[in-house]
Amino acid sequence: MSKGTAMASKQTANKPSETGEHAERLSNLVSNVPADIDHETGLKLFRDMTLGRRFEDKCAEMYYRGKMFGFVHLYNGQEAVSSGVIGAMKLKHDWFCSTYRDHVHALSAGVPAREVMSELFGKETGCSKGRGGSMHLFSKEHHLLGGYAFIGEGIPVALGAAFTSRYKRDALGDSKSDSVTAAFFGDGTCNNGQFFECLNMAQLWKLPILFVVENNKWAIGMAHDRATSDPEIWRKADAFGMKGEEVDGMDVLSVRGAAERAIKRARAGEGPTLLECLTYRYRGHSLADPDELRAEQEKEFWAKRDPLKTLEKDLLEKQLVNIEELREIEKQIDEEVKDAVEFALESKEPDPTELTKYIWAD
Amino acid sequence: MAGTLLFNALREAIDEEMARDSHVCVFGEDVGQYGGSYKVTKDLYEKYGELRVLDTPIAENSFTGMAVGAAMTGLRPIVEGMNMGFLLLAFNQISNNMGMLRYTSGGNFTIPTVVRGPGGVGRQLGAEHSQRLEAYFHAVPGIKIVACSTPTNAKGLMKAAIRDNNPVLFFEHVLLYNLSEELPKGDYVCALDQADLVSEGKDLTIITYSRMRHHCIKAVQLLKDEGIDAELIDLISLKPFDMETITRSIKKTHRVIVVEECMKTGGIGAELIALITEKCFDELDARPVRLSSQDIPTPYNGNLENLTIIQPHQIVDMSQKIVRQGL
Ligand SMILES: Cc1ncc(C[n+]2csc(CCOP(=O)(O)OP(=O)(O)O)c2C)c(N)n1
Ligand SMILES: [Mg+2]
Repeated sequence: MSKGTAMASKQTANKPSETGEHAERLSNLVSNVPADIDHETGLKLFRDMTLGRRFEDKCAEMYYRGKMFGFVHLYNGQEAVSSGVIGAMKLKHDWFCSTYRDHVHALSAGVPAREVMSELFGKETGCSKGRGGSMHLFSKEHHLLGGYAFIGEGIPVALGAAFTSRYKRDALGDSKSDSVTAAFFGDGTCNNGQFFECLNMAQLWKLPILFVVENNKWAIGMAHDRATSDPEIWRKADAFGMKGEEVDGMDVLSVRGAAERAIKRARAGEGPTLLECLTYRYRGHSLADPDELRAEQEKEFWAKRDPLKTLEKDLLEKQLVNIEELREIEKQIDEEVKDAVEFALESKEPDPTELTKYIWAD
Repeated sequence: MAGTLLFNALREAIDEEMARDSHVCVFGEDVGQYGGSYKVTKDLYEKYGELRVLDTPIAENSFTGMAVGAAMTGLRPIVEGMNMGFLLLAFNQISNNMGMLRYTSGGNFTIPTVVRGPGGVGRQLGAEHSQRLEAYFHAVPGIKIVACSTPTNAKGLMKAAIRDNNPVLFFEHVLLYNLSEELPKGDYVCALDQADLVSEGKDLTIITYSRMRHHCIKAVQLLKDEGIDAELIDLISLKPFDMETITRSIKKTHRVIVVEECMKTGGIGAELIALITEKCFDELDARPVRLSSQDIPTPYNGNLENLTIIQPHQIVDMSQKIVRQGL
């Protein structure tokens, strides 16, 4: 691209930022019924989001210190989505499928921080034995179907897990088979054919799946409304006769509320839901991204909606927790993240004689 | 004696495996009510129901990806490419997901899937429906590739492919579906990684696979009349190659021709001859030769189509040159 065009697109890209299509949508949400939570759940959500945030901050530090390599995509700003959806599901029973921005989904699904950090360091103790890396986190134990580095390819894989759930119930007669699958992906991905193909099949066969769109307004340097004829992704569910919902993706209780409704329908055999979470990433696309296109006003607008602060305020206002409990959690998380780094540093590299291990199954 | 047609041999294999293991299922376009474009899944829909024989929309990349997710969570899906060429749309799922996922997941997940369907140059089907994808997929790590060529091996290989815990690409040839043969009795499987020594000889080794096996059988008979005793090997396994059988033969004959239906550039023969050169260089008394299809889109015109792929007389001519002139 010539310099001239780059400049031109920069201006277009900046244009919507002041009012912001997201901003308008956030103040006009069609429905917004947040989850009702108790003390324990409040602490659990705060804990999960804090872990997500601080783990990612540590990744940035380690990356710049040369401890991890390759493309590393951080999740800062989007924590309410992972914690809101996965926190409403049954761990080790339901299934999760992610993208290259997968660290925090893995943590929410219960993969120990040690195993995730070790994987990022390329160590044998990593959840993918150091063979996967940042964009390929997997854990069968925690029902993490994986991080997928290519746009959209995780969606059909998630659909397959949802199909298995129905197959076990209806073809194998296992009446207890009621697992639900959540597929996470971005706004840019919703312009890819696999998204539409899978919405069709999921609704056609009433599969227990949540399509969770993390609409953070940007696909690397492509502003959502520059790439998408109708930017309201959740409305596309209509075309398939599917239930769709838009939700404030900076508010974990709103996300959880929508997720609970979708999970309930899915478990009852009523089929899939398309959930569009309006959110924002606080860092560049990856740690290699100079992040020059997004306007300062836009960043400031979203910084004021930090999902962690929102939850803290909510929990305190509702008098569900006291502030000491939250500060104590933060301290524990810092320890956990520090421990994960130490574990990763001390862990062994994969054995070179095992270079070809894991190609074939017996 | 009533033989079994090749497509029915495949059907029997799938039927028997579906009866044996309720996790085996079939995904694809028109595999259910319609029974498959070449009737390989005929009547299985009635027998096993619409979930086990799943009629999918025309969405190759997504239903192939769905098979990956289903396999990761405990099922054993067979994906039918209505024509193998259509699976070019699923290249990503076959390569990135089926092939690589076990490795990138550090052994967390296995992907027991079979991807099967008709391919090869048929009768004037035009370029897009006459593709030989085996060479395109050959470099993908983590997948096994087999090509069946007779009703007997079709059935035994299909059963083995379904039981294997790795992804298997299973190539069938449109012109072989109506081959007939009496099948062995009872439950048998054929090894996925073993070449078939079709006929023994001492003067040269002809290595081939899929439909070209039958051209080679004709050529071997014609050569016999000429006093040339050719050994014929059907590769069966295109990945990995059964180098043991191949090496043993070359140590005996010291001459080798590879006959293939795929295109010459980047073909199966290219890889095979490279390996033969590495492993049997000192055994060879003549340069190893490839007889491959022309590097062109398969033309529609019947005469041109015949000129595109190798014919038996070309195999005879080349064999004579190699044996008589040591070329
Ligand atoms: C098939 C494919 N094409 C292009 C890319 C390069 N790429 C990586 S992320 C990305 C943008 C995706 O944006 P979005 O879906 O909104 O997700 P986000 O990164 O915002 O979470 C692109 C184009 C890719 N990984 N895969
Ligand atoms: Mg995005």
